[in-house]
Amino acid sequence: MKNSKRYLNLTIALLFVFFLPATSFAAELKGKLVLTGSSTIAPLAAEIGKRFESLHPRVRVDVQTGGSSRGVADARRGLADIGTVSRALKPNEQDLLSFTLAKDGVAIIVHQSNPIKKLSNQQIIAIYQGKIKNWKTVGGNNRPITVINKAEGHSTLELFLKYFGLKNSQIKPHVIIGDNEQGIKTVAGNPNAIGYVSIGSAEYSATHNIPIKLLPMKGVPASIKNVANGTFPLSRPLNLVTKVVPRGLAKEFIDYSLSNKVHDLIQRQYFVPINP
Amino acid sequence: MLKQDLSSPPKGFGGVFDFVLRQGSTGVIWLGAIFVTAWSMWLISDIVFNGWAGLSYDFLTHTPTNAGREGGIAPILVSTGLVLAICMAVSFPIGLGTAILLSEITATDSWWGGMIRRSLDVLAGVPSIVFGLFGNAFFCNILGLGFSILSGGLTLACMVLPILIRSTEEGFRAVPIAQKLGASALGLSRLSTLFYILLPIAVPGLIAGFVLGVGRAVAETAALIFTSGYVDRYPESWLDSGRVLSIHIYDLSMNIAGGEAHAYTSALVLLILVLLINQTASHIGLRYLRRGVT
Amino acid sequence: MILSNGNILSPSTHDRFLTGILWCFSLLASLILGLILFFLVYNSLPVLWDIGISKFFLDSSWHPSEALFNLTPMLVGSLLIMLGAILLAAPLGIVSAIFCRFYAPKVIAVFYQSLIELLSGIPSVVYGFWGLVTLVPLIQKVNPPGTSLLAGIIVLALMILPTVSLIADATFANLPKEYFQGAAGLSLSRFTLLTQIILPASKSGLLTSVILAAGRAIGETMAILMICGNIAQIPDSLFSPVRTLTANIALEMAYAMGNHRSALFVSGLLLMVIIFALVSLAHRAGKGSVYA
Repeated sequence: MKNSKRYLNLTIALLFVFFLPATSFAAELKGKLVLTGSSTIAPLAAEIGKRFESLHPRVRVDVQTGGSSRGVADARRGLADIGTVSRALKPNEQDLLSFTLAKDGVAIIVHQSNPIKKLSNQQIIAIYQGKIKNWKTVGGNNRPITVINKAEGHSTLELFLKYFGLKNSQIKPHVIIGDNEQGIKTVAGNPNAIGYVSIGSAEYSATHNIPIKLLPMKGVPASIKNVANGTFPLSRPLNLVTKVVPRGLAKEFIDYSLSNKVHDLIQRQYFVPINP
Repeated sequence: MLKQDLSSPPKGFGGVFDFVLRQGSTGVIWLGAIFVTAWSMWLISDIVFNGWAGLSYDFLTHTPTNAGREGGIAPILVSTGLVLAICMAVSFPIGLGTAILLSEITATDSWWGGMIRRSLDVLAGVPSIVFGLFGNAFFCNILGLGFSILSGGLTLACMVLPILIRSTEEGFRAVPIAQKLGASALGLSRLSTLFYILLPIAVPGLIAGFVLGVGRAVAETAALIFTSGYVDRYPESWLDSGRVLSIHIYDLSMNIAGGEAHAYTSALVLLILVLLINQTASHIGLRYLRRGVT
Repeated sequence: MILSNGNILSPSTHDRFLTGILWCFSLLASLILGLILFFLVYNSLPVLWDIGISKFFLDSSWHPSEALFNLTPMLVGSLLIMLGAILLAAPLGIVSAIFCRFYAPKVIAVFYQSLIELLSGIPSVVYGFWGLVTLVPLIQKVNPPGTSLLAGIIVLALMILPTVSLIADATFANLPKEYFQGAAGLSLSRFTLLTQIILPASKSGLLTSVILAAGRAIGETMAILMICGNIAQIPDSLFSPVRTLTANIALEMAYAMGNHRSALFVSGLLLMVIIFALVSLAHRAGKGSVYA
């Protein structure tokens, strides 16, 4: 009871301190911008937000995560000024406006010790359908294949399924993952695994002593460079979405995000800038 | 308490059996403890070895840059402290009050007491992600607090309540009936009984509840992603969004390529934080225990 | 305190005030569960209206984007993991507490206690990370793919051990001194003291600790999601991957829309029903002996 009283006093005192209004300066842009949605985009959006804040000191950009579906839902209901969605909008989401910020590729990865150099699309399909169960069949070691798939609804999964013409119920996975890093760590810990993840994360890990290897697709090496020049077949857009035509602060922010002033930020998060 | 075996040497057949059982049990208990120690040291040493290199004064006092791969965790520590403070300030009085009610004021087998207990036990099993989604809907949207430290703290408070209440209640349950009868016979008011008889004896249960509550609160990820949020700058008010340590660790290890080094260091900082809080709590608790009339 | 309903020995206004406040607090505490249940039901209703309850148990598999909604494998997964973790953590946790209170020299006991307290404050994502990079590759060598029911049980047991151990320890600490003095007076052995006096006297606390730990186990998400493989199937061995109801929500909520999203809330609701059943069972089993 005594404790609670002390806590209460403390809370009230702190509340006063924090609610003291800040002295205001006149500036053309001010206010708070809320972005919610994809966890893939969140780190990038937060970095862009920070740079935007440094240019406009009276602006606050709050970036929240929760997934692409949250980005769509919050933008629709007006809970967020801008939603972030790491996939193309679906036909029933055409009421929203989308602005593509950058691109991200999807790469097939295996363990570094795996002697396989490349897999044809047919072989990948057969492996994911459980028709090829051993690496020996495709010219590797005599070891059982561990198939890693993404969880239902993830945009990389949808992209993968569409590209290979598969249905998710046809896939016979041994492990289902959520985040890209989980996929990379699972493959790094299992010499017989095959999976697919975001190309930027994979390329970063492969060049930083994580024992994974990116496989080429149809002869095109999997790299950020090849996503950028459009030759790599598997890629997805990273979108900012709004419900209405953006005005004021939201417009300024979107314009800034689509400009070449943030290319270095996009590259530092291992995505592919597309806007000139 | 009872450090030596006070029994006389075993005699007869039953005695031999008893002797073997007794020595065996000692062995089993030591083995169990060694097993648990080895197991947890495996995990903890992993964090310490991998996190040690990055730990520095700069790490604790700088803001994160490049999505947390560089820079420090200063704003995140501030947010963590604030969320934890709100959580404990809200849940501790409510938890203590409910525990007192359950163990001392309602009859032990009353319908209401049973219902409250049962609902608390169910609440203890609600997955943290459900707490997160609920907190987002209720505190952030319905009550209009938005993504904020306050929403996060309140959601956490809901989450740690069951653990706090149930272990504190066990503390009160342990007070010998004779002391309660004595207090009643002396005509002490409930309030005096509470402060001079019950609380001092219940301190171990209280500390256990507090330690478990704090542990659960600082370790929580899923419930906070949707409530206190992802923003990693210094919070300016209770209504600002602020990223806590566990979310930072989650993001660095699962969402940011190349974030592991700082994830480990942040985990190490979290461990040290937990250790400090726990030691302080036990220290204060034990002083109160000595002061009390037992 | 002695029940003094209608007792006029201490007609203090403070008391009435205190009791009032305490009632408010406890109502608030139970209200939270009500709100959460309402929230889950409210979000589950669309899909329940749309396709009914039976499909959640009778469909051929869990592929919500193809309108297949079978939750049974995840139900089994959740229960198996919880059961396994409890079977491992409950004895070890209680043994830990006994060790700390009655067997260990003081220095070791203090160290050991801090260690356990520390375990309770490690975020589940760190447990998951450790499991993924250390434990899973080890299991993978024995029996691929490594991400499995076994990995989940091992990591989860370690996570809930502090809950069992700390509450058990507090219960032991609270036992009246007279018990020990009496035992010493009768020159009982430490083993007899333990099995005949301490454990029976602590039954209520031990049961509480296990119930709370079970709750934590069945509600755990992040760590489980990282190490269990998340295949929605009924496991045929300890080495098979499984998916729990909680992992199901966390994995798919990020991208789920419409019926899919609603179905994930049904997972949450189902989990609550199970927990409620388990808790009721535990309370019934403990009735009379525990809360008497």
